[in-house]
Amino acid sequence: MAKPFREVLNSGKFVVTSEVAPPKGTNLEELLHHIDLLKNKVDALNVTDNQSSVMRFPSVGAAILIKERGGEPILQMTCRDRNRLALQADILFAYTRGIRNVLCLTGDSIPVGDHKEAKGVFDLDSVQLLNMIRIMESGKDLGGNDLDGVVEFCAGAIVTPEARPIEPQLIKFEKKIAAGAEFFQTQAVYDLDNLRRFMEFARRYDNVKILAGIVLLASAGMARYMDKNVPGIFVPQDLIDELAGAEKGKALETGIQIAGRLIRTIKEEAICDGVHIMAIGREGVVPDILAAAGI
Amino acid sequence: MIVGKQKPLSEIREMIADYKKVLILGCGTCVTICFAGGEREAAILASSLRMADKIDGKERVFSEYTVKRQCEREFLEELDDKVKEVDAVLSLACGIGVQALAERFPTTPILPGLNTSFLGFPDEHGVWSETCSACGDCVLDQTGGICPITRCTKGLLNGPCGGTNNGKCEVDPEKDCAWTLIYQRLEKQGKLDFMRKYYPPRNFQAVVRPGKITME
Repeated sequence: MAKPFREVLNSGKFVVTSEVAPPKGTNLEELLHHIDLLKNKVDALNVTDNQSSVMRFPSVGAAILIKERGGEPILQMTCRDRNRLALQADILFAYTRGIRNVLCLTGDSIPVGDHKEAKGVFDLDSVQLLNMIRIMESGKDLGGNDLDGVVEFCAGAIVTPEARPIEPQLIKFEKKIAAGAEFFQTQAVYDLDNLRRFMEFARRYDNVKILAGIVLLASAGMARYMDKNVPGIFVPQDLIDELAGAEKGKALETGIQIAGRLIRTIKEEAICDGVHIMAIGREGVVPDILAAAGI
Repeated sequence: MIVGKQKPLSEIREMIADYKKVLILGCGTCVTICFAGGEREAAILASSLRMADKIDGKERVFSEYTVKRQCEREFLEELDDKVKEVDAVLSLACGIGVQALAERFPTTPILPGLNTSFLGFPDEHGVWSETCSACGDCVLDQTGGICPITRCTKGLLNGPCGGTNNGKCEVDPEKDCAWTLIYQRLEKQGKLDFMRKYYPPRNFQAVVRPGKITME
């Protein structure tokens, strides 16, 4: 059985998390394959929640599967699809199924996804969701009523170290800590100087652990696309050139090496407390990234 | 002000398909200012409908009129005789005006010629921006006079989401990130503590929908 994630966070070891994505449909084969492949190689596995506003099998369902197979799940919860009643209900349910870690997110907006005409809920925001977890731990619900049986979670949040402008992002980062975030998994960072700068700020808070987000760059095209289109992600030109210069058919391998190299540097220089590896559809190569990082 | 946009001509024609005599009724207030349903727009729409009917060989009578405000009962009295003469009224007012008319003339179909879009103001010539959601629980004193409930696409109360991008919004690079604007404004005022404060979840009981206010 995997160690409780909070214990890992507090152990002082370099923490490694990754993520799996639930399927669009009921075929769980690939998800289970990824869970089995990764559950013993990383400290915990995130499960994305209708990521990019694309409707999928629920994150809580996949988190239960990870738990059942002996892994340590981090349940991602966004505020986009559920109001405060549904979020609390899901937290109660997740707790009873042995899930002990939750990542609190606002969630992407509806129009970026595949149900563009749907209503975005956002009854709570990420800071309020973190606060909700802590209130429920105290034995109350958001309506002030007593809970018959309480919850306990290791709660985390996200931060974008390269957001532009950065100041509003840092204010929100502090609010998330005040609301009870114990760990942060960051948006993808490729420029380690920027990560170092962010960490200078984040280190003021010694009660939170920061895991740097590493998104696998599978091709020069993907790197350019992310650099241009994904808010808060900047891919340095030398990495794009390195991918573009890869031999035909070797771009993915180059991307794995880049990710491995970034992780190795972050670990060796102890820039932050760990990494969160997002392979986005290529979860099968996460063990190769770890190998390239020397983990 | 209330900002609206005229429905496509094809949709309007479908709506009035069963009627022979139609009154096109403009409104002289908000929708006049946003060039969607004033006297001028009523006249242009009437001409367009007449022309379309002519092409299709249809015989139908359109009349036009504009009242000062369709949303207040006292301005509707002058319509009694005019409405009597038609099969239907195509209102170019906002949804409030349409409903006020429908209440006064319950036996006549009142059809909406506009889609009521939002509460906002003219940003520049020909551009209107939504700025208020009529939430009933104003926070503008703490957000530098910029409404996050309305101008943040997610209505966030505690700062920007991760989709903020160089001051723009993830849903539309043409739209400003409200929280970047709020940050800049509060910084100028030396009031950033407002942004550092925790805002609890919104109280949707501030206005119990449908809203009703009785003067005390």
